Amino acid sequence: MNGINPWLQTHWDWRAAGNFITGGCGSGLLLITAVATLRGGPVTELTLLSLALVLVGLALVWFELGRPWRFLHVFFNPHTSWLTREAIVAMPLLALGLAAASTGWLSLLWIAAIAGIAFLYCQGRILVAAKGIPVWRTPRIMGLILTSGIAEGCGVYLLVIPWLEPETMGEIYPALLTLLLILIGGRLAAWWAYRDSLKDKAPKAALEVIDRSSSIFIAVGHIAPTLAVMLAWLFPEARLVWGVVAGVLAALAGWFIKTVIITRAAFNQGYAVEHSPARGGGKSGPGTKPGWE
Amino acid sequence: MSRWVMVADLNRCVGCQTCTAACKHTNATAPGVQWRKVLDLEVGEYPDVSRVFVPVGCQHCAEPPCMHVCPTTATRQREDGVVTIDYDLCIGCGYCIVACPYQARFKVTDPTQAYRQKRMPQEWKNEQPERLGVAQKCTFCSDRIDHGLVNGLTPGIDPEATPACVNACIADALVFGDIEDTSSNVSQLLAENQYFRMHEELETEPGFYYLWDSKSDKNEWDSGREA
Repeated sequence: MNGINPWLQTHWDWRAAGNFITGGCGSGLLLITAVATLRGGPVTELTLLSLALVLVGLALVWFELGRPWRFLHVFFNPHTSWLTREAIVAMPLLALGLAAASTGWLSLLWIAAIAGIAFLYCQGRILVAAKGIPVWRTPRIMGLILTSGIAEGCGVYLLVIPWLEPETMGEIYPALLTLLLILIGGRLAAWWAYRDSLKDKAPKAALEVIDRSSSIFIAVGHIAPTLAVMLAWLFPEARLVWGVVAGVLAALAGWFIKTVIITRAAFNQGYAVEHSPARGGGKSGPGTKPGWE
Repeated sequence: MSRWVMVADLNRCVGCQTCTAACKHTNATAPGVQWRKVLDLEVGEYPDVSRVFVPVGCQHCAEPPCMHVCPTTATRQREDGVVTIDYDLCIGCGYCIVACPYQARFKVTDPTQAYRQKRMPQEWKNEQPERLGVAQKCTFCSDRIDHGLVNGLTPGIDPEATPACVNACIADALVFGDIEDTSSNVSQLLAENQYFRMHEELETEPGFYYLWDSKSDKNEWDSGREA
């Protein structure tokens, strides 16, 4: 039986985290694929990979449902539920992405990429609306979800493109490395803003998990990729290796921090009393908020 | 229109958990599921320490976050403020569970029993297959309210129309009634006593009020704080 201190929620486990990881990364990859077409980047394979990632995320959510065969009910509440909105946005995202991959039409790809950003936005709002979990409900998590999803997508692009299109790589790679630096810079700023917003706004146990993970996230997801990008610029002959290293680390760190936030730091609100009662001839006094002091 | 609310007098609650047992008995909840329970909190620092017993459960919020996030519209709010779950619509996504800041919702995916090896006769009798894999929580015994109203009874006054936990309370610590009616039992209690609602800063407007002192005896601690 649970006690009086906030405890770790277990209803959204690794499967839910998986949706935020692959769905976010897939949306980000779709946007980067569209952006990279400005320098002649390929469309079909990377678009299909993006869609596959989004689909894996949706499948993971399906596996988490208590009544999976009622899944169509998820579309019933577009008025207020961001989960419904995410599911609705996924439809044009998948359809347009598939159409773009099969026809190669860039206009379709750009519209699909915009749907991907809407999908990512829904993911952030899903967390903000979860009022029972203090480390999710802060609006500052939006910046983190958005920047991390796009940075992860950029990281996966850097990993995949050398094997996919070695001949066009020379055109795209330097620009993508710069873009990755900008994205992880934005993500780092979003992370600091997010952590700052949790000050006195989350249970002690949750903050301990967040702070323990912070240094790993910053080192692996930001400092190390920045160094790798610098090495890629300094040693053009080894640019590919360092680019891949930077991309993989940027993506892995995003997946890591999402796993931490969804499954490890997700302590619930717990209970609180504003005042203790007078009871009998005694005197009333201050209240308590177990697990927060 | 009525707005049903619960009042818990913290001065009276002795933490006996009779309400918890009455709720389980009435609603046949699975092992580990407690739609109503009483917290045993320790307040203060040694040597000035006291215990506070706090009944908790679904707060039937006026702005229920569980309802807003529900993708299926399974969670709804009646005109009288009672928040309900349609087990046939719910897909068991668990979103409402993480959206509730009162830890009031549960999900049981597999049939459970009190004794691991053997299912007891009453567990066969009270099987609730519709509750498996979906969200569940306190209903304010809405079936009792509705049945009572149809038969001309007053919820909170007539036991047949009152939630089981309130009926069972040995100390009259739990009181149920219509807050829209200024002459109701709950309205009078709130007029005569100082009260708070849990996690009010989250703007859920809970329908569960905790009395902590009478208004006439404004306590020293509070006066000191105001000064």
